[in-house]
Amino acid sequence: MIDWIAIFSNAAQELISPTTAAYALAALGLAIHFGYTGLLNFGQAGFMALGAYGYAISTLSFGFPVWASVLVGVGASVIFALILGIPTLRLRADYLAIVTIAAAEILRLIFTTNTFDALTGSASGLQGYKDGFAALNPIPPGTYGFGPFTYNAYDWWIRIVGWTLVVIFALLTWLLMRSPWGRVIKGIREDEDAVRALGKNVYSYKMQSLIIGGVYGTLAGMIFIMPRAVVPANYQTSLTFFIYAILLLGGAATILGPVIGSMIFWVLLSFFSGFVARAVEAGWLPFMSQVQAGQLRFILVGVAIMLLVVFRPQGIFGNKKELAFVK
Amino acid sequence: MEPTQTVARRSRGRWLILLGILLSALTLSGIAASPAMAEDGSTPSPSSEEDFEFFFIGNVKFDDKPLEGVQITVEGNGYEASTKTNAEGRWELGVPEKAEYKLTLDEDTLPKGVVVQEGQATVTAEFGLTNRKAVNFFLGEGTRTTTDIGAQVLIRVVNGLNFGLLLALAAIGLSLIFGTTGLSNFAHAEMVTFGALMVLTFGVDLALPIWLAIAIAIVLSAGLGYTLDAVIWKPLRRRGVALIPLMIVSIGLSLALRYTYQFFYGGATRQLPGATLPSEIHIGPITLSWIDVASMATSVVVLAAFAFFLLRTRIGKATRAVSDNPSLAAASGIDVDRVIRIVWVAGGALAGLSGILWAYFRPGVSWDMGFQILLLIFAAVTLGGLGTAFGALVGSLIVGLFIELSTLWLPSDMKYVGALVVLILVLLFRPQGILGRRERIG
Repeated sequence: MIDWIAIFSNAAQELISPTTAAYALAALGLAIHFGYTGLLNFGQAGFMALGAYGYAISTLSFGFPVWASVLVGVGASVIFALILGIPTLRLRADYLAIVTIAAAEILRLIFTTNTFDALTGSASGLQGYKDGFAALNPIPPGTYGFGPFTYNAYDWWIRIVGWTLVVIFALLTWLLMRSPWGRVIKGIREDEDAVRALGKNVYSYKMQSLIIGGVYGTLAGMIFIMPRAVVPANYQTSLTFFIYAILLLGGAATILGPVIGSMIFWVLLSFFSGFVARAVEAGWLPFMSQVQAGQLRFILVGVAIMLLVVFRPQGIFGNKKELAFVK
Repeated sequence: MEPTQTVARRSRGRWLILLGILLSALTLSGIAASPAMAEDGSTPSPSSEEDFEFFFIGNVKFDDKPLEGVQITVEGNGYEASTKTNAEGRWELGVPEKAEYKLTLDEDTLPKGVVVQEGQATVTAEFGLTNRKAVNFFLGEGTRTTTDIGAQVLIRVVNGLNFGLLLALAAIGLSLIFGTTGLSNFAHAEMVTFGALMVLTFGVDLALPIWLAIAIAIVLSAGLGYTLDAVIWKPLRRRGVALIPLMIVSIGLSLALRYTYQFFYGGATRQLPGATLPSEIHIGPITLSWIDVASMATSVVVLAAFAFFLLRTRIGKATRAVSDNPSLAAASGIDVDRVIRIVWVAGGALAGLSGILWAYFRPGVSWDMGFQILLLIFAAVTLGGLGTAFGALVGSLIVGLFIELSTLWLPSDMKYVGALVVLILVLLFRPQGILGRRERIG
């Protein structure tokens, strides 16, 4: 028989897991790029990789304290955004898409190659960078919580820091978008030429948007590595596509969309793969193996992206008037 | 784009991992964990140093045949020793200390036509938690790289042309689809993979003759192009879905198709018949296999035929007209929907053929093989100028040549980096591409 309690409790755990927080923050950054400014950034995985490697390399190779490691990651992503933006922000939207996806792949290949093995750990990646972060933990050792949400002190610490960051940056995004700066940004999405005619420097505003959303992605990359190791294979283009799925699910030009979207995405995904895996185990799906059951979730995400874009492009929370791409 | 795949490319034959599968001494259980290793360890070696308790061990094989008499030297910490492999290809070297040593395989003692992978004849090894450490040497087919720089350039140029031509097959379809519909089709990679998977299904699993399997695969690829247009893209065009949502739909489609392939074909890389033929054609310093020659000839003939179609036939001219300006073409009486359908069918067939050639070039068929070159195809199309068929050809040749030539100074697991960097640089200085017109970029 199927162990429904395990399936539900695993799915419930995803609600507050640090991975969900990391995807929510990365999707918020993408909401600034894509939802509010209309920039097609397909390199969010690259920004996340810079956060992960910026933090891990500064800690491991240079012995930086936590705050300095965070600054290194953020600085690297600002430079990355400048490099991406300078050639492409003047061109049509799909050029930015191709360049960002290529740049994110370049980063991943550089982090994977054997040439810089001493620094990046090549394909096997890095670990052992968590001590500084764990030392900041004010929670005394022990196990806390109830039901499925029972974790030790470090696991709670990651969750608290991760979700605090998500809340802070969601508020920041909300403030930004109701400021004059946010109005210009949304104006660029609606009609670039009109904004230019008002005397605004569209190029510079786009660049600022690219940098801010990229920094969100970088911080998300740092949350992402706290419960696991840094492995270059995690930063493939499918990571960016997953974040797009979350953004489209929640609503591209919304604050709550990316956050709630991430929760729904991960809870559903965990429930679905938990159910299929156990259904295969119980012999309900005789034509499928356990490995194949694991791949079904990716097929599902792909189909979900297609259906969302076609039938509900504004997502759950979005407003159809605020769509970057209905032109 | 995994590094293992790029390595496999260079050798024109499988690089063989010659040792027990045990990867590193970090494995806690060491010898006991792996039956293969236990067997290795218990076999007495021809000239092992009985006094020592720390051993480097290994097994030198090429193409599953053990190589006898290959000399291995250990050096380090003021100690030096050497040994030769026995009839089973095994060797064992004892050392006095549990420390780091340098091990060298003497390439001169290998049989003719076998070499160690470039830069890997000497490896540094260190013991982990156990007293034995397996050391791998990666062998491949080929000639010793004592060739001079001019010959090396020539070899890379031929390889680059081969790769560029197969890229061009896929790139032309992508570029024409972009030109006629405005869609940046990310699922083109899956159309490339589809061709190779169909040859695998019909040529290997159903054991049809290979020429028949290839013909069936190309017909089915054309059918895939037709189906995708009829089922997905045409209804979406009718709904008036804008270009950016279309592009995101193609990303979703790419993800879904790719993992559907993995669902049915699994994650392993499998070989097509004839993919590991020896390289037996010698032209100066260049050695090619018959597959290489056939691959290049096929590409050239197909590309020439397609160029003839675009330049000389009525429907080809209509295609170029739609690609240039769809509304104007429609106004002058061209059936745009028919042209788009033809472009999808031709694009599917070309992508399928490109996938088959890519399967022989890598070599191997895997579920994500198309996705590995998707960005290179995009780079080629962008370099040549989005929407122009001949631009895509020029761009592909440049990308192919650049990737192969860049291995002269870049490590081979970084060769795609160079091509992608060039893409970004070209956009900086000539955003419309080499053959593109300025108005397209607006």
